[in-house]
Amino acid sequence: MRVDGKGLIDRDIPVEFSFDGQKYAGFQGDTVASALLANGVRLMGRSFKYHRPRGVLSAGSEEPNALITVGRGAAQTPNVRATVQEIYGGLSVRSQNSWPSLQRDVLAVNDLMSPFFSAGFYYKTFMWPRSFWEKLYEPVIRRAAGLGALSGEHDTASYDKAYGFCDLLIIGAGPAGLMAALSAGRAGADVLLVDENALPGGRLLGEDETVAGVSGPVWAAQVVAELGEMPNVRIMTRTTVTGAYDQGTYGALERSGLHMADGAGVPVETFWRIVAKRALLCAGALERPIAFANNDRPGIMTAGAVRTYLNRWGVAPGRNVSVFCNNDDAHRTARDMQAAGVNICALIDSRADANVQGDFPTFTGASVTDTKGRLGLSDICVSSQGKTQWIKADCLAISGGWNPSLHLTCHTGARPIWNDTIAAFVPVPGAVPGLDVAGAAAGVFSTKGALKSGAYRAKLMLDDLGIKAKPNPTPKSDDTPYGLTPLWAVPGKGRAWLDFQNDVTVKDVELAARENYASVEHMKRYTTQGMATDQGKSSNVGALAVLADATGRSISQTGTTTFRPPYSPVSIGAMGAGALGKGFAPERFTTSHMATLEDGAPMIEAGLWYRPSFFPKQGEKTWRQSCDREINMVRSAVGVCDVSTLGKIDIQGKDAAKLLDFVYTNMFSSLKIGRVRYGLMLREDGFVMDDGTCARLGDTHFVMTTTTAAAGEVMKHLEFATQCLHPDWDVQMNSATEHWAQFAVAGPKARDLVNAVLDTPIDNETFPFMACGLVGVSGVAGRLFRISFSGEHAYEIAVPARYGDSLFRLLCAQAGALGGGPYGMEALNVLRIEKGFITHAEIDGRVTAFDIGMGRMVSAKKDCIGKTMAARPGLVGDGREQLVGLRPVGTVKQLSAGAFLFEKGASASRENAQGHTTSVGFSPTLGHFIGLGFLKNGRARHGERIRMVDHLRDLDVICEVGDPVVYDPTGGRTRG
Amino acid sequence: MADLIAKTPCEGLLPLSVGTCTLSEVLPDAITSVSPQSGKTRAVSDALKKARGLGFPSPNRATGREGARCIWFAPDQAMLVGPIPDPIKGASLCDQSDGWAIMRLKGAGCVDVLARLIPVDLRASVFKRGHTARTMLNHMPLSITRTGANSFDLMVFRSMARTAVHEISGAMKLAAARKAQ
Repeated sequence: MRVDGKGLIDRDIPVEFSFDGQKYAGFQGDTVASALLANGVRLMGRSFKYHRPRGVLSAGSEEPNALITVGRGAAQTPNVRATVQEIYGGLSVRSQNSWPSLQRDVLAVNDLMSPFFSAGFYYKTFMWPRSFWEKLYEPVIRRAAGLGALSGEHDTASYDKAYGFCDLLIIGAGPAGLMAALSAGRAGADVLLVDENALPGGRLLGEDETVAGVSGPVWAAQVVAELGEMPNVRIMTRTTVTGAYDQGTYGALERSGLHMADGAGVPVETFWRIVAKRALLCAGALERPIAFANNDRPGIMTAGAVRTYLNRWGVAPGRNVSVFCNNDDAHRTARDMQAAGVNICALIDSRADANVQGDFPTFTGASVTDTKGRLGLSDICVSSQGKTQWIKADCLAISGGWNPSLHLTCHTGARPIWNDTIAAFVPVPGAVPGLDVAGAAAGVFSTKGALKSGAYRAKLMLDDLGIKAKPNPTPKSDDTPYGLTPLWAVPGKGRAWLDFQNDVTVKDVELAARENYASVEHMKRYTTQGMATDQGKSSNVGALAVLADATGRSISQTGTTTFRPPYSPVSIGAMGAGALGKGFAPERFTTSHMATLEDGAPMIEAGLWYRPSFFPKQGEKTWRQSCDREINMVRSAVGVCDVSTLGKIDIQGKDAAKLLDFVYTNMFSSLKIGRVRYGLMLREDGFVMDDGTCARLGDTHFVMTTTTAAAGEVMKHLEFATQCLHPDWDVQMNSATEHWAQFAVAGPKARDLVNAVLDTPIDNETFPFMACGLVGVSGVAGRLFRISFSGEHAYEIAVPARYGDSLFRLLCAQAGALGGGPYGMEALNVLRIEKGFITHAEIDGRVTAFDIGMGRMVSAKKDCIGKTMAARPGLVGDGREQLVGLRPVGTVKQLSAGAFLFEKGASASRENAQGHTTSVGFSPTLGHFIGLGFLKNGRARHGERIRMVDHLRDLDVICEVGDPVVYDPTGGRTRG
Repeated sequence: MADLIAKTPCEGLLPLSVGTCTLSEVLPDAITSVSPQSGKTRAVSDALKKARGLGFPSPNRATGREGARCIWFAPDQAMLVGPIPDPIKGASLCDQSDGWAIMRLKGAGCVDVLARLIPVDLRASVFKRGHTARTMLNHMPLSITRTGANSFDLMVFRSMARTAVHEISGAMKLAAARKAQ
């Protein structure tokens, strides 16, 4: 019911929206909850377990009951709090957890069976047979219970993320936050004022009181206007600070577009990572209900929420309003509602000595012991001095006191302390470094106290930051003391609800205590109290008070459960903003990428790089046909392959050669200028880290090549060696990977092709195998290396990357004239397996130089990283699995990588494994499959037959063990 | 013999404008990594001053101006962006001209664009003209230098230029949409 003359809504702008398909009218500034209440709708949802009818309990983000689903299809968002969702034209929301309708929900039958569903019911009942839990019980239970559902489609909404920085982060723009912002803003500090509501003002918007002679909302608006003029103050509304993390970092969720229909690219939510030098928590307090029988009917809500609906949204949640409380604060609800012309049918204060004034029926030392009304409250039962009476009421405002919103102070592990005066937990000082607390969040509940506390705490922080601030006088405001006597649960029959979201009653908590789940953490898990989207904001303190009572301990001794981020739900989409699809990882493209795509080559990922798999030609139906052709092409003519992705590290300085001797197992200081050498690198633990070639361009100038996969790792390793192990050496290193476009040219006609693009032709005498040098490439200064990864006569030719595309196209065109062309990774792989060359498929981090047959490459003449550790017992010898070549010799002619090796005749089980295969391919040169693998004592077993079993691909193959090098073992072709 | 044709790192990708911001490619004559040898930082700085009028930068700073800038890159390492340098006594030089894509983001609100991509405090009071940082642009290694009140130079690996442009333009669209809200 809308009340004239009240509220901060814009009555000139009517807004139509729908709830469960029914159209409703509200005004600009309404939430779904306020608009539905204005339309007389109290029933907004069904509870989690018993499907009990529920309405709003609160008016804020702590709402446990009124969860709705917004939108449909891919844009469907479940579990949105009706108290948070603002209405806009065309908004369509639905209730959850009911079928066929909210009014007639079939599963409400659960409520009749509730005596069987007490805490621990599932644990005790569904124990047997064991396998039924996963297959039958759990799916059935999950279908019956639950919150809203996901659409099952990809979320297509746009999310955003951002980083924010400030001197002072003020969390909450209520009286304390506004006053703090005013002090800090006037002092010139860089302030970020964040509030989860659409309007700043906090409790001032929900109360009818004056500040500095004007109404609360007017004062708040004046302060916001002044702050808005300050260039050093930023105000973020609709933003919830969700977590406090190390070093002044805070997570915050901004509902940037959820309050409006799809608007021109505005993201629905923005997740902020805010780094603040100091932060002030002014998050206010949350009101807690009182447990009594049937205290969960629609129409029963907190007393503060009733005032907020009236004062902020101009809505009376009922026509006959009753109030049940244990404190003075809640009396304001009766006063405000009566002043607005609403009938107050009863004010029930549990305190015998309460001082209640007002022109309505009052009961002191009394309590509400039961209620009636199937889909909404109709009557309350009041017990007073042994007598009970039923009173007609469609709204009951309850208040068991207030709990400071101290959650953020506990996010890094601190525990709050109990304060007897306000019967609530309060934050401990210094809980989070750099974070202070002001106002109601610190347990200072009066408006004047909050204003004063905000200004005072801000001043302390500014002093700390070295910013001078003038004291701000506290505006004249209400300073009524907050008197209360704790009342957690009214004794009596019937189910008294503690946790509305998880359907946990006083009896459930008592049962947990009886069954020795007496620790608050155990009670939480046994009963599910405090779980789900509201994280027990309205129920935690009540539940642990009941637990304390049941276990004979004090609340302080009982303690709280652990507070963890997020403070309120954060959608995964917002946290992962920007990381969807291609945002997941950058794509690295070589300069030949476009030309390669034009050739129709499918690309494969190599780390972040994209490399061609093969280059299909017309008529080729399978990748194998292309791959076989490319291999034959390289073996008979010439092939071109982009190898720019390999790491290229430029190493200079007086001690460059020393560094190379230190990081490579073999000697590099003896390498002549203009020559290249193959090198093997070990980790500190003695296992192989990477391999590659290194060229000497000058006396103190080398270029190291790494594998594509380990480029970053090797650079890191070199930094470690030079910064930590030998800071005394004079060495300068640069990654030059990106500067050079480099292409392998391999095959018997390689020199013909290279000479076709070089300014000055080369021959075998001037440029023998393992030579390198500076060359002119079609007029451009480039580099040439005579190295081979295919076993053929081969070169790698490098030019600055700007010419890469052009050179690749030129090389491919010239190769075509020689009967050659480009080749991809598949062919490259088979070519190197034929030659027994290793990749990271072999050096997978678990193998030693000894294992791959390179033990003699570990120079005896010098030390190197990993040398000592590689000599440890167990890392050399017959027991090691050693690199071998394999070929199928039985009826099955196929090999696969990752398969296990067994003795012929042994069963193919784990304990019999003799090794495994690492790389395989079909060699068109040899006409059969070939493979590399590791076999126990493999080098001594050449000629032996063993069994390869691939349990995944269902392969069982008899193989012959041999040397890893199966093509041109003398290397005549390479030197040719 | 055919001439090789040069392509820039952001060829076909830039410039682009969204809202009040423009992203364009910066094409210096050369990018050269300058690494002073042990104990030679002062001498290299003096040599640079003499030759180019800019000193070797201290950490997180860039010296020089448009056309010739020396940007701190790592301990004992800076990038000389602009002129093609002659050999500098006491320094190891490494040509990086083709290794990096340099993009300039310019215009009112460009800090709001970058706030969506870069976890660095870019407030004008903290990150001033001539300040630089090695950081991340989402998942990409980045060098960012403030070149004006509303102007930043961003350097990413050449191979990642396409992704960088894609992500920066996305952030430009989001920032513009929020501004218009």
